[in-house]
Amino acid sequence: MQHLLSAGDLTRDEALLILDTARELSQVSERSVKKLPTLRGRTVVNLFYEDSTRTRISFEAAAKRMSADVINFSARGSSVSKGESLKDTALTLQAMGADGVVIRHSAPGAARRLADWVDGVVINAGDGTHEHPTQALLDAYTMRERLGRVEGLRVAIVGDIRHSRVARSNVLLLTTLGAEVTLVAPPTLLPVSVDTWPCAVSYDLDEVLPKSDVVMMLRVQAERMHSSFFPSAREYSRRYGLDADRLARMADHAIVMHPGPMVRGMEISAEVADSARSTVTEQVTNGVSVRMAVLYLLLGGAIHRPGNQGEPR
Amino acid sequence: MTTTTRYLIRNARILGGEPTDLLLAHGRIDAIGPDLPADGAEVVDAAGAIALPGLVDLHTHLREPGREDAETVATGSRAAAMGGYTAVFAMANTDPVADTAGVVEQVWRLGRDAGYCDVHPVGAVTVGLKGERLAELGAMADSPAKVRVFSDDGMCVSDAQLMRRALEYVKAFDGVIAQHAQEPRLTEGAQMNEGVVSDRLGLAGWPAVAEEAIIARDCLLAEHVGSRLHVCHVSTKGSVQIIRWAKSRGCDVTAEVTPHHLLLTDELAESYDPVYKVNPPLRTAEDVEALREGLADGTIDIVATDHAPHPSEAKETEWNQAAMGMIGLETALSVVQHTMVDTGLLDWAGVAQRMSATPARIGRLTDQGRPIAVGEPANLTLYDPTATRVIDPATMVSKSRNTPFAGMTLPGRVLATFLRGVPTVLDGKIQ
Repeated sequence: MQHLLSAGDLTRDEALLILDTARELSQVSERSVKKLPTLRGRTVVNLFYEDSTRTRISFEAAAKRMSADVINFSARGSSVSKGESLKDTALTLQAMGADGVVIRHSAPGAARRLADWVDGVVINAGDGTHEHPTQALLDAYTMRERLGRVEGLRVAIVGDIRHSRVARSNVLLLTTLGAEVTLVAPPTLLPVSVDTWPCAVSYDLDEVLPKSDVVMMLRVQAERMHSSFFPSAREYSRRYGLDADRLARMADHAIVMHPGPMVRGMEISAEVADSARSTVTEQVTNGVSVRMAVLYLLLGGAIHRPGNQGEPR
Repeated sequence: MTTTTRYLIRNARILGGEPTDLLLAHGRIDAIGPDLPADGAEVVDAAGAIALPGLVDLHTHLREPGREDAETVATGSRAAAMGGYTAVFAMANTDPVADTAGVVEQVWRLGRDAGYCDVHPVGAVTVGLKGERLAELGAMADSPAKVRVFSDDGMCVSDAQLMRRALEYVKAFDGVIAQHAQEPRLTEGAQMNEGVVSDRLGLAGWPAVAEEAIIARDCLLAEHVGSRLHVCHVSTKGSVQIIRWAKSRGCDVTAEVTPHHLLLTDELAESYDPVYKVNPPLRTAEDVEALREGLADGTIDIVATDHAPHPSEAKETEWNQAAMGMIGLETALSVVQHTMVDTGLLDWAGVAQRMSATPARIGRLTDQGRPIAVGEPANLTLYDPTATRVIDPATMVSKSRNTPFAGMTLPGRVLATFLRGVPTVLDGKIQ
């Protein structure tokens, strides 16, 4: 594998290698000197066409902890806002000798297009309504940390599945890793061909909750109601929001996840978001480790040889 | 336009029949028969190639006026000649829109000046393609361009009352409304066929029902007011079924399919390469099969290219940002051979009917799409079906390069095209 464009590109062994590597690398973040020399002399460009402080900082921290040189390229205030095409930006980065490009873009497939135009490694940090593979990896990592495994876990993903890159990547990765995924949403927020996806579907959150080990809540934009995906924020919240009452009906060991940013009071109540069952802040922490692993394995080339990844220390 | 040079075509197989000779003189077919004497005529050895009536494309975008960076009437009509066409209908979505007698006359004159094929402008149905009020259809019909085909192609005449009025109004001059069937609300922001692939790719879906609902409505409207309806670029299985049903009721509807919808499927979008982005979108293999069947059994009357040139910067971009459309004039006959003839679904007479005679009839042309017979206009295409070629965008005569068939090996090659006895293509080269 040269790039990370889709969670579906990862074999089970590759995904596990990333998670195992992330585990090892996480120890770096616990040291007083949070730095490894691994990617010294390598240049990583964070090419962000969408505002996403959380994801950009996570990739930036990951690259810097591996001693890579990081260039942040934000679309706002750059040549992009003057009409430069993605292709020309790609050729510019290529000419500057970027070893890796982390791209966040509103257009599905933007990462794939970029990979057609540059020689370096391309990492998809979210391309519109398509995918967000490192989010799925950090989610799987978090499940492993909290529940000891991913295989066999019953995972409910709740919310705007149709427009969610997080849901797409998670369905692919969690299926690869042997979890049983159930998507929960009103029918309007499910893809039309969801019956062909490798997962179960339910319109009824209360039926799915008690049977789930993991409940992953997705952000739902209130504006969706203007396109009649649902009648009102209040009705959505009543039928699909996770509040304290519903939390109480979950299994004792079950965890609540959210990729952020949360809309408190919409898909998740503040009480649930702040509860001990919620992994929201751990997900952020784990994101850095997982992105370190991805950068290390792709830029170090070690992912070509699973089982022989060497010592990251 | 005629020529004093006479051409003797040796060993051509008319509609795939036995080899014979054809003598072209004074813009007409002067004689047909074996071993005709050359008698000073310029001899063209067809060497067993098939002779077809010059092809007629009811749906071409020549981009002039307004987007001469993508195509001009001259470059587009040269591309048409290379593809074996002797007449094309140029769609109205230019800038300015061809919604007045002035613009259609301009396009018509540009076509005459270029001289590579007959260029018949299509008039817009509504002013500025806005779908709000009728353009001056009668003025365009009465102009020297004699417009008979009206279309807002690129946009759907979605207002049912306006569509009804348009269908009724053009009866006065035997016109036809060519509808771009796309329900606008169901396709807001749509990027590709809605289904398994769009869901996987996260691209906004373009449901088949958005096309089918408009076709069903328009067939019923046309039947109600007793008008002619033509359906542009049919792309779904459901559309084929609805048109078959409408014809069985006696509705005066005709329909076209593009070469790319006869061959390509939505899975090509997996690459996110917008060269595969087109309106209507590429559909599924099941749709492709239904379209081929529909074209074979006559439910779909004709093949039309929807040749849609775009400059490279409109395609070398993110999928969402890219322009919709693909060029097709220079590959149409090869794709039809590959999908319809080599599969046994059509013979060459069937191809001639669907790519020449019937499109000419729908567009009310009297001197195109004629039989290959003595006394008829010498509009001819010589086509070698035994050739194969790898499609190379760099060798296209069109000004644009956005062919979805790039790199594919396709059968057949146009050897020569004659427009009223004048070769526009000879030895496979533009003249």
